[in-house]
Amino acid sequence: MWEGDRSKFPEIIDGKPVIDLDSQKYVKIWQGPQHPGVTGNIALEVTLCGDEVVDLKTHVGYLHRGFEKLLERRTWMQGFTIVCRICVPEPDTNEYLFAAGVEELSGITVPAKAEWIRTLTLEMARLASFLMWLGGQAAAFGMGTVGQWTVAHRDFLLDIFEELSGGRIYHMYIVPGGVRADLPKGLDRRLEDVLKKIEILLKDVDRVLFNNAIFKLRSRGLGIVTRDMVDSYGVVGPVARAAGLARDLRKDHPYLVYEKLDFDIITATGSDAFTRAQVRFKEMYQCIDLIRQILSRMPDSGDFYTPVPNVLHWKIPAGATFVQAEASRGEYGYYMVSDGTAYPRRIAVRGPSYSHAIALLQKLAINTNIADLAGLMVSLQTCPPEIER
Amino acid sequence: MSLRDIISPFYVWKRAFSKPFTTKKPLSDRPGAPRYRGFHKNDLNKCIGCGTCETICQNEAIDLVPVPGIETTLEDSGLRPRIDYGRCCWCALCVDICTTDSLTMSNEYVWIDADADVFRFVPGYDEKEWQHQDRGYRRSEEYRLLHPQRTDMKMLDPVTGVGSFLEIVQGYSREQAIREAMRCVDCGICVASCPAHMDIPDYIRAIRNDDLEEGLRLLYQTNPLPGVCGRICTHRCEEVCSLGVKGEPIAIRWLKRYIVDQVESSSFRDILQQEFVPNGKKVAVIGAGPGGLSAAYYLNRMGYSVTIYEKYPLPGGMLRYGVPEYRLPYDQLDKDISYLLTLGIILERDKQVGKDIGFQDIYQQYDAIFFSTGLSVSYKLEIPGEELPGVIPGLQILAEVTQGLKPVIGRQVAVIGGGNVAMDAARTCRRLGADVTVVYRRREEDMPADREEIEEAKSEGVKFIIQAIPVKISRSSAGKLEFFWNEATMVSQGEGQRPRPEAIPGAVRQLEVDTLIPAIGQGSDLAFLSEDRQNQIEFRKYKVKVDYLGQTSDPRIFAGGDIVNPTADAISAIADGYRAASGIDKFLRK
Ligand SMILES: Cc1cc2nc3c(=O)[nH]c(=O)nc-3n(C[C@H](O)[C@H](O)[C@H](O)COP(=O)(O)OP(=O)(O)OC[C@H]3O[C@@H](n4cnc5c(N)ncnc54)[C@H](O)[C@@H]3O)c2cc1C
Ligand code: SF4
Repeated sequence: MWEGDRSKFPEIIDGKPVIDLDSQKYVKIWQGPQHPGVTGNIALEVTLCGDEVVDLKTHVGYLHRGFEKLLERRTWMQGFTIVCRICVPEPDTNEYLFAAGVEELSGITVPAKAEWIRTLTLEMARLASFLMWLGGQAAAFGMGTVGQWTVAHRDFLLDIFEELSGGRIYHMYIVPGGVRADLPKGLDRRLEDVLKKIEILLKDVDRVLFNNAIFKLRSRGLGIVTRDMVDSYGVVGPVARAAGLARDLRKDHPYLVYEKLDFDIITATGSDAFTRAQVRFKEMYQCIDLIRQILSRMPDSGDFYTPVPNVLHWKIPAGATFVQAEASRGEYGYYMVSDGTAYPRRIAVRGPSYSHAIALLQKLAINTNIADLAGLMVSLQTCPPEIER
Repeated sequence: MSLRDIISPFYVWKRAFSKPFTTKKPLSDRPGAPRYRGFHKNDLNKCIGCGTCETICQNEAIDLVPVPGIETTLEDSGLRPRIDYGRCCWCALCVDICTTDSLTMSNEYVWIDADADVFRFVPGYDEKEWQHQDRGYRRSEEYRLLHPQRTDMKMLDPVTGVGSFLEIVQGYSREQAIREAMRCVDCGICVASCPAHMDIPDYIRAIRNDDLEEGLRLLYQTNPLPGVCGRICTHRCEEVCSLGVKGEPIAIRWLKRYIVDQVESSSFRDILQQEFVPNGKKVAVIGAGPGGLSAAYYLNRMGYSVTIYEKYPLPGGMLRYGVPEYRLPYDQLDKDISYLLTLGIILERDKQVGKDIGFQDIYQQYDAIFFSTGLSVSYKLEIPGEELPGVIPGLQILAEVTQGLKPVIGRQVAVIGGGNVAMDAARTCRRLGADVTVVYRRREEDMPADREEIEEAKSEGVKFIIQAIPVKISRSSAGKLEFFWNEATMVSQGEGQRPRPEAIPGAVRQLEVDTLIPAIGQGSDLAFLSEDRQNQIEFRKYKVKVDYLGQTSDPRIFAGGDIVNPTADAISAIADGYRAASGIDKFLRK
C-alpha cells in the first residue's frame, strides 16, 4: 500500500471503496483469462489507482468442464477415469477421494498394502504439486529460472508415476477397491534417486530464492491473512498454517496410514506471501521424509486390491458421505450421494481454491501493487480447474 | 536484508552449464514405461469379440466391427474392437475387463500422422509396429474386475444321494442367484448356441434386478419347460460363455431354474397373462414329450386349438420315463407341464396313434399335424446271448422305476455304454442297491456322457471298465450271466477322426453279473405311420427330414424332437416345437 498522501485514493465507506470510474482517477484492466500472471484460466477484473489495486473481482468459468455432472452419467467404476482431470497438478487427491467415498458408501475395506501405496502416491503428488508452485512463485516475482528447474524435477517424479501407474499426468491408478497394480520392482530405489535430486534442488532454491533480496522485498508483507480471517474466509492448508493455525487433516483426522507416520504440522506466524512460501518449502522436505518413511515401512507383500462387485452392474446402497484429504493446497473434499443405483446421484467436489481464489484473493488484493498480484495469487496456490468442477 | 541476499541469487549460474534434462527426438532412448498406457494391442486369436470392452468404455471409443479372416462361430462373434483415438482417454478399463485378456496396451508414446482417419483402427488387425512388442499396460493378475469363480451350488452328498432318489442339485438361494447373475457381462454370446435362442442376458438381468416375474416372462418367450431345462439341459450356452475362457462359465442353467423355483405355480397365469383369440383352426400333436408340449404351447398362444395324443398315461416323454428322478423330480416336471395344461391344450392320454387312433383319421380331422414321438427303441448289442433273461435295456429299467415298478436286477449289474442313458441307468441301479460296473468300448474321454455325470457316477461308487468290446453273454452253472468282453487298443484313424477300438487277440475277459443292461443308443419307432406314409416322408441319416419351418415333405405334416434333430436333447426338441409352431402358423395362414 502506498504510504504517502492517500487523498487521491477512493474513499472507504462501510469497508468498501467508492469508485467513480468516470472521474478518470481509476483504470480498470483485466488480468486474464489468458495471462501469464494468473494461475490457469481465470480472470481478475482489477481497478487501479495509479499502480495500486483498489478493487478486484475474480471471474471464473473459463475452465468449466462439468465434471460433477459428467460423474452422474458414469457408473461407479467409470467415474475414476475422469476425477483425475479435476486437478491437473495433483490428480491423485481426486482419485483417492473418489475411491474412498465409493468404498465408504459400499462398505468395502481396502487391503493394508493398498493404503500404504495410496499414501505414497498422495505424498508424491503433494511434492510434485509443490514443485510446480515453487516455480510459479519464483516466476511471479521475476525469476523464471527456478521454474525451469522445478518443472524438470517434477518431471522426474512424473517418470516415477509413469512407471507406477502407466500415466504421467492422469494416473488413473487409485481405483475403488485399492490400486491397480503393485509397485514395480526397483521403484523404491529409483524414487530415492529422484528424492536426492530434489533435495539438491531445494538447497539451490533456498540460496537463490529464499536468500534473494528481491523476493524478500516483494513477498514480505504481501497478502497478510490475519488469524480471524482464516475461518471467515475458509482458509485452509499452508495458508492457514502460515497464519499460525496447526491445522492439517493428516493429523486432525488421520486417513490411510498417516497415523503410523512420524511428522509434525508445520506452522509459522508471519502469514504473508514469504511465510507461506517458507511453510510450503518445509512441507516439501516433509513430503520427502514421509515418502522415505513409507518406502521403508510398507509391507513387501499382500493384496493391493479388494474385488468389488462386477463393475458393469455395480449398484451402491443409498447414502451420502463426505470424505476429505490434505492436498498440497489444503483441505480437499468429496461429498457423494448414492440413490441406490448404478450411477452417483450427486458428487460435489470442494477444493481450497474455491475460497482462496475468490473471496480471499478479492480481499487481499486491495492496496497491493499491480505488479505483485501474480505473486499474491500464486502464494495462495490457487488452481482454477478445481474451482470449476 | 543482507549483502548475502544480494549475492546469493547469482548462484543460479551453477546450473547454467549442467547437462539439460530434456530428451531429444526421436524418443527411442526413452521408451514408455513397461506399464505405460499407450495405443492398444489385441491378440485376435484370443479375442472372442464379446464386446465387454465396448460396454465398459465410457467414451464410446470402441466399436465392434467385422474383420476379414475372422469367422463367426458359436464361441466367437467374429467381431473385433476398433478404437477411435479421438475419443479414447487411455484409461485402460477395456483392458481391465477383457474376458480373454486378449486386449492390452503398448508403451507407444508418440505417433504422428497428418491423416486423422488413421487414428481409428482395429488393434491386432491393422498392422502397427507395437502390436508384437511386449511392453505396455496389461491387467495385473491380482486385480480383476470380473469374478472368475462360479457361486458354489449346494449338492446332496454322494452317500445320501446314492441311498435315495432325492434331487442332487439343491438350487440357489436368492442371495446366491443374484451373486451369480452379477458375474455376467451381458455379452450375449451364449444366445446363438442355445437351440431355442433363449434371451439369456435379459433373464439374468431380471435376476440381478430381483424381478422374477420379468424373468419368468422372458423364459416363456422361447421355452415352455424352463423348470425342466433349468435342471437337465445340456447347457451348450455355458460352453461358450465368455467368462468360461479364463474362469468358470456363468451357471446359466441353474439361474433359469432359480427363477422357476421361486415363483409359485399358482401365479404363473397372472404373471404370464396369456390371453389369445381362438382362430378356429385345429392342430394335432403326436407325443407329449418336450417337442410336442412346446409346439402345443406356442400354437395355443397363436390361437390354434391343439390336441396332443400321447400313448402313456402321463405327459413328459423321456423327461418322465427316461431322466431319473434324482436329476429331475417328478413334481418339478409336473409344475412345468401342469401350467401348460391349464391353458386349454387338450391332452389325450393313453392314446397311441396307430393303435388307439389311426394316423389317417387325425390327418383328416386336423388342419395340420406335428409329431415328436422320440426315440424309444433301444439298440441291440448284436452279440450272442442277448435274448437271455436278465438282459434288460436301460430305457426299460428307467421307465419301470418311473412307473413305480421295482425292477429285479440282483446284486451285480453291468451297464454297457458310455452315454448319458448309460450313466442314468448305472446310477439308478446304484440307488436300487446294486454294485454297478459301466463297460465302454473306447477311452473315458471319448464317452459321450457329460463330464459331470461321469464324475458323479464315480463318486457314487460306479466302477468303470474302458476299452472293452462286448463279445457274448451266456448263463453260468450258478445261474448268473457271464459277460465276455475283449480288451481293446485304440487305433488312430488319422487327424480329426475319433480313434477306433480294436480287439487285442486272446485278451477276452469275463464278468459275472445278475443283470446286464445295454444302453448304447436308441432309434425311432414310426410304425404308427402307414407304410405309404413312411415311404412318402423323406429321411436323412435315420432322421425325419424337415425344412427350416419343421415341415416334412408332406406340407401338412411337421415334425421335431429326437426323431428330427441330431442333438437329441430336451432343448433342441423344445426349439423344434417352437419352430414348427411358427411354421404351421405360416403354412395355415397362406
Ligand atoms: C435316460 C435319458 C436321459 C436323458 N437325459 C437328458 C438330459 O439330461 N438332458 C437333455 O436335454 N436331454 C436328455 N435326454 C433326452 C431327452 O429326454 C430327449 O431329447 C427329449 O425328451 C426328446 O423329446 P421328444 O419330444 O422328441 O421325444 P420324447 O421325449 O421321447 O417324447 C415322445 C413322446 O411321444 C410319445 N409317443 C411315441 N409314439 C407315440 C404314438 N405312436 N402315439 C402317441 N404317443 C407317442 C411317447 O410316449 C413320448 O411321450 C435324455 C434321454 C434319456 C432317454
Ligand atoms: S482405454 Fe478407456 S477410453 Fe480408451 S477405449 Fe479403452 S475404455 Fe475406452
